Amino acid sequence: MRRVTWRNLFAHKLRLLLSAFAIVLGIAFLSGSLVFTDTLGRSFDQLAYGTVTDVTVRPATEAGDAVSMNINRDARSIPAEYVEKVANLPQVKQAQGAISGTGVFVVKKNNRLLGGTGAPTIGLNAGVGEPIPNAAGEQMVNWLKGTEPTKEGEIALDQRSADNAGYAVGETVKLAMPGDPPIVKAKLVGTFEFASGGLAGATLVVFDDKSAQKYFYGGEDVFSTIAVQGRAGVSQEELASAVAKVIPPGTEAVTGEKLGAESKDLFDQLLGFMNTFLLVFAGIALVVGTFLIVNTFSILVAQRSRELALLRALGASRKQVSRSVLTEAFVIGLIGSTLGLALGFGLAMALKAIFSNFGLDLSGTALVFEPRTIAAGYLVGVLVTMVAAWIPARRAARVPPVAAMRDDVAMPESSLRWRLVLAMLLGLVGAAAMAAGLWLDVPKPIIWVGAGIFGVLMAVALGSPVVAIPVLAVFGVIYRALFKAVGQLAAQNARRNPRRTAATASALMIGLALVTTMSILGASINRSIDAGVDREFSADFLVQNATAQPFSPEIATQLAAVNGVEAVAASQFIVLQIDDSDVYASAIEPVEFAKVFKLDFVSGVAPTERRTMAVSESTAEKFDLKVGDVVDLPFVTTTEPTTVTGIFADSQVVGNVVVPMRTVTDAGFQRADTALGVKIAPEAGFKTVQAAFENAVADNPTVVVQDKQSFAEAQRAQVNTLLYLIYALLALAIVIAVLGIVNTLALSVIERTREIGLLRAVGLTRPQLRRMVRLESVAIAILGAVLGIGAGLIFGLALQKSFADDGITDLAIPAGSLAIFVLVSAVVGILAAVLPARRAAKLDVLDAIAGE
Amino acid sequence: MASTVAAHTVDLVKTYGKGDARVSALAGVSVDINAGEFTAIMGPSGSGKSTLMHCMAALDKPDSGQVVIGETDLSTLDDKRLTLMRRTEIGFVFQAFNLVPTLTAEENILLPLSIAGKKPDPAWYATVIEAVGLADRLGHRPNEMSGGQQQRVACARALVSRPAIVFADEPTGNLDSTSGAEVLGFLRRSVDEFNQTVVMVTHDPTAASYTDRVLFLADGVVVDELREPTSESVLAKMSSIQRSIGS
Repeated sequence: MRRVTWRNLFAHKLRLLLSAFAIVLGIAFLSGSLVFTDTLGRSFDQLAYGTVTDVTVRPATEAGDAVSMNINRDARSIPAEYVEKVANLPQVKQAQGAISGTGVFVVKKNNRLLGGTGAPTIGLNAGVGEPIPNAAGEQMVNWLKGTEPTKEGEIALDQRSADNAGYAVGETVKLAMPGDPPIVKAKLVGTFEFASGGLAGATLVVFDDKSAQKYFYGGEDVFSTIAVQGRAGVSQEELASAVAKVIPPGTEAVTGEKLGAESKDLFDQLLGFMNTFLLVFAGIALVVGTFLIVNTFSILVAQRSRELALLRALGASRKQVSRSVLTEAFVIGLIGSTLGLALGFGLAMALKAIFSNFGLDLSGTALVFEPRTIAAGYLVGVLVTMVAAWIPARRAARVPPVAAMRDDVAMPESSLRWRLVLAMLLGLVGAAAMAAGLWLDVPKPIIWVGAGIFGVLMAVALGSPVVAIPVLAVFGVIYRALFKAVGQLAAQNARRNPRRTAATASALMIGLALVTTMSILGASINRSIDAGVDREFSADFLVQNATAQPFSPEIATQLAAVNGVEAVAASQFIVLQIDDSDVYASAIEPVEFAKVFKLDFVSGVAPTERRTMAVSESTAEKFDLKVGDVVDLPFVTTTEPTTVTGIFADSQVVGNVVVPMRTVTDAGFQRADTALGVKIAPEAGFKTVQAAFENAVADNPTVVVQDKQSFAEAQRAQVNTLLYLIYALLALAIVIAVLGIVNTLALSVIERTREIGLLRAVGLTRPQLRRMVRLESVAIAILGAVLGIGAGLIFGLALQKSFADDGITDLAIPAGSLAIFVLVSAVVGILAAVLPARRAAKLDVLDAIAGE
Repeated sequence: MASTVAAHTVDLVKTYGKGDARVSALAGVSVDINAGEFTAIMGPSGSGKSTLMHCMAALDKPDSGQVVIGETDLSTLDDKRLTLMRRTEIGFVFQAFNLVPTLTAEENILLPLSIAGKKPDPAWYATVIEAVGLADRLGHRPNEMSGGQQQRVACARALVSRPAIVFADEPTGNLDSTSGAEVLGFLRRSVDEFNQTVVMVTHDPTAASYTDRVLFLADGVVVDELREPTSESVLAKMSSIQRSIGS
């Protein structure tokens, strides 16, 4: 029996290859994602642990690690005298004041920013004296060229950033700063690299201590943290407790171990998201691949039914027959997983290259191939293949031995009715879950909606043979009218086994349903943005940072001075916590702000005093707040009881909470603007002011001046970039679906060899034969498109509805895009038919008629 | 009897395999097929009778020699022209699997015409359907018909495009004697009543007795010929050929 299995495997190498290919792609995506995120993790671990000293003294945090996660910048500092005090401890070998700040940007020679929205740019001080090694006792920095900066007007850059920006040692570098002044020019005196490997694309700018204090602390003799190296034999804990005794209140001494773990946790949160994102697509690829395998094995078993019956007649038990099929699946799963793992490695390399384009440079870290990746690849690959082969294997076992004597064997097929019942059940459950997520008050509604979508998708796939019959009947009519006999033959072929046609189409259906959903969501988001901008963009100009980083408040002063400007409304975006959950808040100057933007107060008034705030309607509802309520807001060091003064209608212009600007400084955050709204005097010329603005910020490439139209365009561009990325990932599912069509057609051609021979004998030309296969393929593809777009429409509507409260207020159905999807599917069908059609056309008429 | 030639071959040679496994299927066969005649090709298995028919029917290419259908030398034609030749000038009836399972009897009969994008001559179509006795079965699919009915549908398909010549490859090989007699009777009528040229490969002396002329092949050459055959005369001839090969 085993020999029969092996013979089968080798006799049908092509079939083997085609069905293994689905697994190869799915596993490649899975292992590629794992390898890439492991590599990313390793790179960040190096960064997290390789850059901490034995002990670090830092301002103590009230809200815990979460504060460092969000965009609020800690403005607190440690006076310089404590560096000396720490250094004088007997356990301490060396202590140095350290300064670090974000929002520093290197401006390239073409006046563009280096980097951008990707990895951060960090400004550091050089430190005085010998550099302190990291907790492992290694030097953190290797100087490659030149020296450390020692006085104002000198800086050093990490080598990669210097190279990318095109600056050599000795040249003058332009920097955009987050504080005052906004622009700094300095001579590049040295370049260095991180000893622990790559910087993951981050840019490091090193200043001398005095300049760093000037730029980040207004010239006070203070530091952000103190880096401490212990004497030999002193443990991190001992050192930390000794240091803790001499530092000022409000600060803490943290061991390198703890600080490293904190940074690692922070990175892991970010990476976890990316990991999940990539794995979701790997999952989609595997689900689609499963369809392909089920289908391939069903066809193979059907074709071999006579042979299986012969085996049964010769005494093979049911178990042996089904085991034979399952063994075949096992081997295919094994081969597919192996190839998939190899391809996944290549994919990870490609991802690495792509991400380095976005500024996440990992060239310092080799790809990480964990044993877990290999185990997961084989486990998933083999399991998916065997589960997919299980149904066909059971069916194979049911072939009655007497079938061996018959001329044509029909496989025992389970009735479509059961399938339909199951599909309807699953569809109902899915729809119920979707409805619950949309309209009922359930926890995590998006998961309900997502699970519902999956259920409905599977229901459509299950029920597709039933839906396929009328759709294919329509094809019959159209094909017969357009392509006469050839069209009729093609349509009949597609209808011959609706189950097979529908299963093949289902793979495409899943991909297209998701693509359609995304395109509806994208279009709805874009329309909502337009509507929101129309509603709320009452400013004449909006000024923002090109990298979404806060920028110097100095800019607001500069712009206010421009002729014709009536008001400048500055706002700073901060993250606050209500009942332990993050809320996005805007700090504003209420009077100035009201001159430019109109916030629609449902009740109460705008906050002006200390410890007051206004909240949006949805936030008020979420936290059950009304005017006059007092909420404890945790800040960096304190918790402030804050009174709600008003509730405003949700707005795109501000966050969910509005606080007076002074709250920012009171809370210990650094002042920096996130956005400026500008209103110009009615008599001032729009173009004149615009030109004056462009002129005022020409020097500072971090700042972008937008009018209503360019603002909306920029918003849409962000959405579209994400949308295209998702399309690109979903393309994988489509590729697998195309393989599925190729596979089904190829197997059908083999199955219909005699028939094709007959058709050729009675006068069907090769081009006609190719057209027949092509038309069948197009019918399958468009069936998939119709089902997928239908399902996608429902999902898109549901998701838009579920996100209506989160800003997707308007529904848009991109009819043009949907039409293109149908067209693309037709093209996909034509492409999928190329090889099977060629194979059919190449059949020798005589051999074909003679049969196998 | 008509004496025009519907098809002829000149010195046909066809070999299969290489080296020791080399088998000479046709070793220089020259035959004339007379128009309006029912010709049988017989011979022991391996005699080359099927190869001869396949070469004549534009299904296979000889290594050398000529096949001429009407005025057309098949060796000068490419695949497309050969296909058109099969579509218009040649009709087929195979031993089994003659019909496209997804099409009804009527659609199968009209298949060569509809592939060519032509409409049938209604009078001729009605005549063929009547002759083949299938008027009440036209809407049925192959799996709803008996083996004999399927072969008669195949015969009707072969005739409906009025080909110059119809080739039948063991058309009764899979049938019981009654069904076989119906099919052979129909082929006979098509020769007698419609003046159709029919060539049939068979190893059954009874089937051969329906024909006007029997060509006997052995070892790739025509070894004998019989006119106005009966089952007995065919059987006798075959035995003598068998003996002469055997010795």
